[in-house]
Amino acid sequence: MSEPGVPPPEDVLLEVRGLRTEFRVLDGIVPAVDGVDFSLRRGETLGLVGESGSGKSVTSLSIMRLIERPGAIVGGEIWFEGRDLLKLSEGDMEDIRGNEITMIFQEPMTSLNPVFTVGEQIAESVRLHRHASKKDAWDRAIEMLKLVGIPSPERRVKQYPHEMSGGMRQRVVIAMALACDPKLIIADEPTTALDVTIQAQILELMKRIQAESGAAMLLITHDLAVVAETVQRIAVMYAGKIVESGAVEETLLHPQHPYTEGLLTSIPSRVARGQRLNVIKGTVPNPFRLPKGCKFEPRCPYSFEPCKDNDPPLESIGNDRKVRCWLHGLPEHALPVTVAAGTTPGGAS
Amino acid sequence: MALPDMQSPSALQLGGPGDGAGTEDVEVALESLSQWQLAWRRFKLHRLAAVGLCIFGFMVLMAIFGPILDPYDPIFIPNAHVPGGDPPSLAHLFGTDDVGRDVFAMVVNGARISVTIGVFSMLIAGIVGVLVGAVAGYVGGLVDNVLMRIVDVFFAIPFLFVILVASRFFGQGQLIPLILIFGLLSWPLISRLVRAMFLSLREADFVEAARAVGVSDFRITFRHILPSALGPVIVAMTLIMASNIVLEAFVSFLGFGLTEDQTSWGNALSNAQTVLSQGNWWWAFFPGMAIALTVLAINFIGDGLRDALDPRSRL
Repeated sequence: MSEPGVPPPEDVLLEVRGLRTEFRVLDGIVPAVDGVDFSLRRGETLGLVGESGSGKSVTSLSIMRLIERPGAIVGGEIWFEGRDLLKLSEGDMEDIRGNEITMIFQEPMTSLNPVFTVGEQIAESVRLHRHASKKDAWDRAIEMLKLVGIPSPERRVKQYPHEMSGGMRQRVVIAMALACDPKLIIADEPTTALDVTIQAQILELMKRIQAESGAAMLLITHDLAVVAETVQRIAVMYAGKIVESGAVEETLLHPQHPYTEGLLTSIPSRVARGQRLNVIKGTVPNPFRLPKGCKFEPRCPYSFEPCKDNDPPLESIGNDRKVRCWLHGLPEHALPVTVAAGTTPGGAS
Repeated sequence: MALPDMQSPSALQLGGPGDGAGTEDVEVALESLSQWQLAWRRFKLHRLAAVGLCIFGFMVLMAIFGPILDPYDPIFIPNAHVPGGDPPSLAHLFGTDDVGRDVFAMVVNGARISVTIGVFSMLIAGIVGVLVGAVAGYVGGLVDNVLMRIVDVFFAIPFLFVILVASRFFGQGQLIPLILIFGLLSWPLISRLVRAMFLSLREADFVEAARAVGVSDFRITFRHILPSALGPVIVAMTLIMASNIVLEAFVSFLGFGLTEDQTSWGNALSNAQTVLSQGNWWWAFFPGMAIALTVLAINFIGDGLRDALDPRSRL
């Protein structure tokens, strides 16, 4: 991380520093995103993982500056292409949205406008950002539909969303997101609303398109299987903070944070048949009464003295990995690795 | 009835794309219907609405062409006339009034003014109502509060009284001021409706998606949200048109509307009020029927539109 106010190096496409987004509601202030730092290099894919309410989606909407009342971004910097997005005017932001940064939404059934043909919706962003003629934008829409694997695109382009299946609509949403050759694609749970076979197809499609276009991708999901298949790096969020980040294989095989470990051990297929499923005991903390120290402390099986009163910092542990846990600072680091036997925590495999 | 030809192409479509030229042809035959095409299809199935449309269409044609074809001038007073007026005859289909003016000519010419007032006051109410409602619903917050309190004021004032006074003092018996008055007094209903639609639609995923694509607020309001909100607005607008036609007749009947030299249905009725008890029924009957038929027809149309534009109704 660079100094505040200083743009990150050229090869870093997106760098989020100390992002804080709050929701001021009747009962008080909810710090949905509470000091999030991460960066994304050009062409890289990063998976942002966490359970519901951990602040993943709010993080992505903050990057797009689409946070609405009663929410507000109250601090931090979002560097994209040498500019701090939080300092741009709304007009400049409109130029970036859908052009340099695009979003793929979770619900293909509702994220397309029911009263326009899919072609009109894809063409709109092309006309808006590329100032293309109606004809050119329309041709681009057909081309995009072909690219995302929709058969007979010349006919489909004239259809309305209600004439398509969920999987096909999600392909249209992806086509919309890619129509202007974005540098960054934010995919917010793009496969959650789809059934499993379609999920696999859509993930395959996104991987292919990401590789072909060279765009960077921020994939937001709660599904570790999706992350494992799709991304290069992973960041795990809990209660509005990133608790662990690193290369995806490293992190999933040798989790350094008890929360990541808990997520991994609660995947059913990892437990032998007949055994009880591991669960992370307790629930996500009430956002109005967050623990004073580490936010995960009340649920953590390894919690000890410093955890109760002091929130640990996100510390680099080498090998491009970071973790937010007091356990890590201990000389006799005793985090039992139950996922893969015979590995030393913190070290390379 | 339309089922067989709708089903067969989609059944064939299961063969999948790229199955050869034959399949491709069938797929092209499967037309995509827009929201409006579907609505029109449903509208046609609504019998009463179709009848209403025919009647209203006839009234509009009469308003446009009637005065050209009709031999009588509605305000022409002949030298020789029957006191108390002629009953309907071949020469005067709807009879004449006590000074010999042709009632048929009054009805035909009155259509022009009544339909004009109905249509244009509706358009004014629609435009103002949609603008105010859209801004209030989309922007929200203080703007919404101020605009909706203004609407509340409009609902709180005694409407009829204001219309009578305004018609007398600002209307001056002329058509355009009357249209403006009617239009500017009937938009609050529409703006409330539009605001409610916008409040729910602005949270829709597709609106968020449009914002994520970089569409400006202005474009989102009018290009993305408005088409979805238009159905109920159109229905409300037809009702406003009907009520404004009645209102004009009422205001003119009371003598606060158009001057004597302009023939509206309300004026024709107004002339008839003194002699109704003498058995000269035709003075009042024909203009009255014209008003009733038109309003009924418009209400039927509104009814049909309500069904046709409701996306939940699947006919």
